[in-house]
Amino acid sequence: MKVVLHIWRQSRPSTSQDFGQDGKMVRYELDDVSADMSFLEMLDILNERLTAKGEEPVAFDHDCREGICGTCSLMINGRPHGPERGTTACQLHMRSFQDGSEIWIEPWRAKSFPVLRDLVVDRGAFDRVVQAGAFISVNTGAAVDANAMPVPKADADKAFDAATCIGCGACVAACKNASAMLFAGAKVSHFLHLPQGQAERDRRVLNLVETMDKEGFGNCTNQYECEAACPKEIPVRVIADMNREYNRARIKS
Amino acid sequence: MNWMLDYWRSSIGGKVTMAITGLLLFGFLVGHLAGNLLLLSGPEAMNEYAAFLKSKGALLWVVRCGLLAVFVLHVITGIRLARENRNARPIAYARPDTIQASLASRSMVFTGLSTLVFVVYHLLHFTVGVTNPEHFTMETSAGGHNVYGMVTASFSVVGIALAYVAFQVVLFFHLAHGVQSLAHTLGLHHERFTPMIKTASVGVAALITGGNIFLVLSVLLGIVEVQS
Repeated sequence: MKVVLHIWRQSRPSTSQDFGQDGKMVRYELDDVSADMSFLEMLDILNERLTAKGEEPVAFDHDCREGICGTCSLMINGRPHGPERGTTACQLHMRSFQDGSEIWIEPWRAKSFPVLRDLVVDRGAFDRVVQAGAFISVNTGAAVDANAMPVPKADADKAFDAATCIGCGACVAACKNASAMLFAGAKVSHFLHLPQGQAERDRRVLNLVETMDKEGFGNCTNQYECEAACPKEIPVRVIADMNREYNRARIKS
Repeated sequence: MNWMLDYWRSSIGGKVTMAITGLLLFGFLVGHLAGNLLLLSGPEAMNEYAAFLKSKGALLWVVRCGLLAVFVLHVITGIRLARENRNARPIAYARPDTIQASLASRSMVFTGLSTLVFVVYHLLHFTVGVTNPEHFTMETSAGGHNVYGMVTASFSVVGIALAYVAFQVVLFFHLAHGVQSLAHTLGLHHERFTPMIKTASVGVAALITGGNIFLVLSVLLGIVEVQS
């Protein structure tokens, strides 16, 4: 199959003053793409051709290519990870596109995710949010016996729904406000429903929200684009969980 | 007081401010429509109700000031959040798309600012009497403020009536998203009830704005008697 690609090319990293305004969308044509290729394999082919011609290959993030690491981060035709629901860009295949399609590929767009080069963004802001509170403090040593602490199945399911987050940033990319509330909410909800999460319950949500705000993400307006774009289909319930938890902690503090 | 400002400045604090002030303003809209429905009961009922409100003196001013404070807080917080949201994405997508965000949710800033403009006009029209002084100064046979006459005389002017109807359509979109959004911001999310809240949100928005449109059209189409 044949595809026409429009890809964001940016040669130097964005800064807090310069957001990469000198970058631009560049048109490429590929006319022998197999429908069975993954989206990233299609980009690999493009890069081989560019390298052979002595041009700079397109920089894009990828790692496991199994849909579990959260490294791939492509905005494809205005949707994070492309048109399929619950699918990362690496698990997307060219059969999801029509022969002759025009495909627009852009990096995640958010002030908090500065573009490093082409389609690669720095998601360090997510790491700093995690460091602010998305953990529990336990003594190291031998692993605790699996069923020593009983957790009702319904609670375990709620925690697990949130824990499936792979931190890819699709929620921020999809949000009209570049808000990170689905991500931060997932971190809150992950621990909220488990007994292990109770000791640091208040501190966690206060620190998470403070760090999220400081990083310059936008504010949720309950449009739920994040939920629809999330490759792990994390529900917006986690945002309501975080709102409740934050108010509870603020009242107590 | 520092903790309040600190809370307001946080993302969730700002959202909750929007939700609570939004809920109060929604409550006002319900009361406003309920009062205006007296138009259907004729001039005496409407003017008596207006005189009753005016007779409260200081209490009326307390309520008015409270309402104004809530309104101003809603507008200022909304502008602050919208600016932060704009700044959070300095470069827009070359080819944007929308998966499931409703038209109403995407036009909240536009419908909100339109409401601000309309409220100013509405106050100049019916509360201060600047735009149509000839309607505002109408008197009852007893010499009191003739609210029924003022409203019916105004809404029998096609241009004014259509402006009010057009604004109610804008307000419908603001409420249709606003009511369900405030529930979620206040932490209400439930597998069974959230879909009901979403439907109810559109329903109450339609009831409020539909009720207002019905009153305007009742005058324009001569279903209620026009005094002039």
